[in-house]
Amino acid sequence: MGETMVQEPRIGVYVCHCGVNIAATVDVAEVAGAAAELPGVVISRDYTYMCSDPGQALIRQDIQEFGLNRVVVASCSPRMHEPTFRSAAQQQGVNPYQVEMANIREQCSWVHKDQEQATKKAKSLVASAVAKARHLHALEEREVDVTPGVVVIGGGVAGMAAALDIADTGLPAYLVEKEGHLGGRVADLNRTFPTMESVPELLEPLIERVEHHPNITVLLNSRVSQVDGYVGNFEVNVAEGGTGDGDPPRERPLSVGAIIVATGYDVFDPDRKPEFGYSNYPNVITSLEMEERLMNGDLTVGGRNPERVAFIQCVGSRDIQLGNPHCSRVCCMYTAKQSRLVRESLPDANVTVFYIDVRTFGKGSEEFYDEARSKGVRYRRGNVSEIYRKPGDPDRVVLVAEDTLLGEPIEFEADLVVLAVGMEPRGGAGEISQLLKLPRSADGFFLEAHPKLRPVDTAMEGVFLAGCCQGPKDIQDTVAQAKAAASSALIPLVRGSVPVESATAVVSEELCAGCGMCVDVCPYDAPAMDQLWGVSRINAVLCKGCGACAVTCPSKAIRLQHFTAEQVLAQVDALVE
Amino acid sequence: MAETDFEPKIVAFLCNWCTYTGADLAGTSRIQYPPNVRIIRLMCSGSVDPTYVLKPLLDGVDGVLVGGCHPGDCHYQSGNYKARRRVVALKEILKDAGIDEDRVWLRWISASEGQRFADTITEMTEFLKEKGPNPMRREWAV
Repeated sequence: MGETMVQEPRIGVYVCHCGVNIAATVDVAEVAGAAAELPGVVISRDYTYMCSDPGQALIRQDIQEFGLNRVVVASCSPRMHEPTFRSAAQQQGVNPYQVEMANIREQCSWVHKDQEQATKKAKSLVASAVAKARHLHALEEREVDVTPGVVVIGGGVAGMAAALDIADTGLPAYLVEKEGHLGGRVADLNRTFPTMESVPELLEPLIERVEHHPNITVLLNSRVSQVDGYVGNFEVNVAEGGTGDGDPPRERPLSVGAIIVATGYDVFDPDRKPEFGYSNYPNVITSLEMEERLMNGDLTVGGRNPERVAFIQCVGSRDIQLGNPHCSRVCCMYTAKQSRLVRESLPDANVTVFYIDVRTFGKGSEEFYDEARSKGVRYRRGNVSEIYRKPGDPDRVVLVAEDTLLGEPIEFEADLVVLAVGMEPRGGAGEISQLLKLPRSADGFFLEAHPKLRPVDTAMEGVFLAGCCQGPKDIQDTVAQAKAAASSALIPLVRGSVPVESATAVVSEELCAGCGMCVDVCPYDAPAMDQLWGVSRINAVLCKGCGACAVTCPSKAIRLQHFTAEQVLAQVDALVE
Repeated sequence: MAETDFEPKIVAFLCNWCTYTGADLAGTSRIQYPPNVRIIRLMCSGSVDPTYVLKPLLDGVDGVLVGGCHPGDCHYQSGNYKARRRVVALKEILKDAGIDEDRVWLRWISASEGQRFADTITEMTEFLKEKGPNPMRREWAV
């Protein structure tokens, strides 16, 4: 498809500071200065934020003033802002495929500390991008129709909220849940914070709505087994059923335009902190077990109501030794809620919370925490190091801690100890990550495309994140993110079409010997032999631009546009210099 | 150039979907690795033409890394298998040409393996330092 003749290159180079992200490590002025000397470069600049409105305006202005026909932006990964700069160039009449990026942030300033070496590397990465830019061709942009519908993986509160928003627009949503029921982890909770609503009263109508929605297909006991395709047209295979008792899973193929991942979290296993004796002492329980007790209205230990109740916060959170440096964000508030409920039902009990810091950032949360304290819940700042059974009293344990405000060791006797266990990535997150090719951040949760500007997008176009699979959050934030993921997933569906790869392979008929090796090697059946002319022709609609045929062709008659041998070898030459 | 000052130069051809994204993740995670590598982004490891590997080696680059998706994970179904067979064949040719075939590394690094990417670059840089400069090396430094 439409390659135009190569014009004499007139290249503008833009070196981004990314605030201090690049500029603190790379001498951006020096990089821009060196780029100005490269052949074909007409103007070279450095600027604080190229992706900002004034940064983009700078590009548009230069295109007009200097008659640029190529743009090179040295900044972050093209996976981040290539669309931004392509569209800026396009607005001023430069073909989006004549924009090239040098990744001097992820590949340079963020991974090297030595300023001299980083600057040197940045210069050569820019030289390589400029070399490629000299050989870039304009390509025609194409669009394909989108398959309406969304697969939502995970039937917890996040998945349900997302599925409902999709379905309420009239489009089909497929909710894939691995358990035999909807509700996820929230179903194990008693009351919400800070509003003290009953969770069953909140959840049941939601589940009801989901199950009876004409546009939602709920697939229980199901797992996504395979995902193919791209944004707009995914083919998702779901293994449905197969509960183990002689009931083999049924494969159910689904065609959708987008995917929302809402696979939730795992609860920290308190046995990984053996000093708390969770498995040894029946009166040491997790916060989820406390939810169950509160739900049943039974707080007894050994048949008696406890006189002294201790809560330990940050169990498995903010703990570098356990590999969980993150804050789980919900434990402070659910501990305030649980301790308050205990005080309300046992007004004579000593209820003491051991904490590192109290973080009550949500709306109404600080007020809620104040109320817990005004109801007599005691807060002691200190890390509990050990729990042991009180000699001669089998129903009582002793917490060994240091009160970090008083700076003295303390021992606290308790009849009931609640461990505020934190959130961890799902054990199966690796599997989902492989299936959807989703990167994960250092904490193991799924990585969003940008922490601030694209918080529900992922590196995979058309795949979105909702809820705790992206990081710990409470129900409010989960639902907010789920609704955001739904609305982002709806963008391609509402548009009805998505841009597809223009960088397809093309056959030069003069060189083609008609051997047909490209036909054999293509996974998409894009090349076909023209029997009359004895040459291969590539169907651009089917071609995904992998380039397998171009390498295979013994006559070098196939060229993968935008990644031609000429372009790649020009990059190599620039790097070798 | 004294042997101890030798800084090998590595050209890496990384597939857009796995290893390039893995390298990005090394960046977002701020995992430090030696600055000896220069990355060229391709869409698939299966589109690495033998000349892409030969050209830098003949021009004196000390090592070439081809990075693709793990077996079974290729964005284009089977491009990484094609790369694997091609690299095996290419190494035979390199031997005949008198170039050490262990200057060419093929590694599967997924989008989620930022640490593995950084480790691979560290390992390859150390290996090439040990091995010494490519005899084809012209006069240039990292």
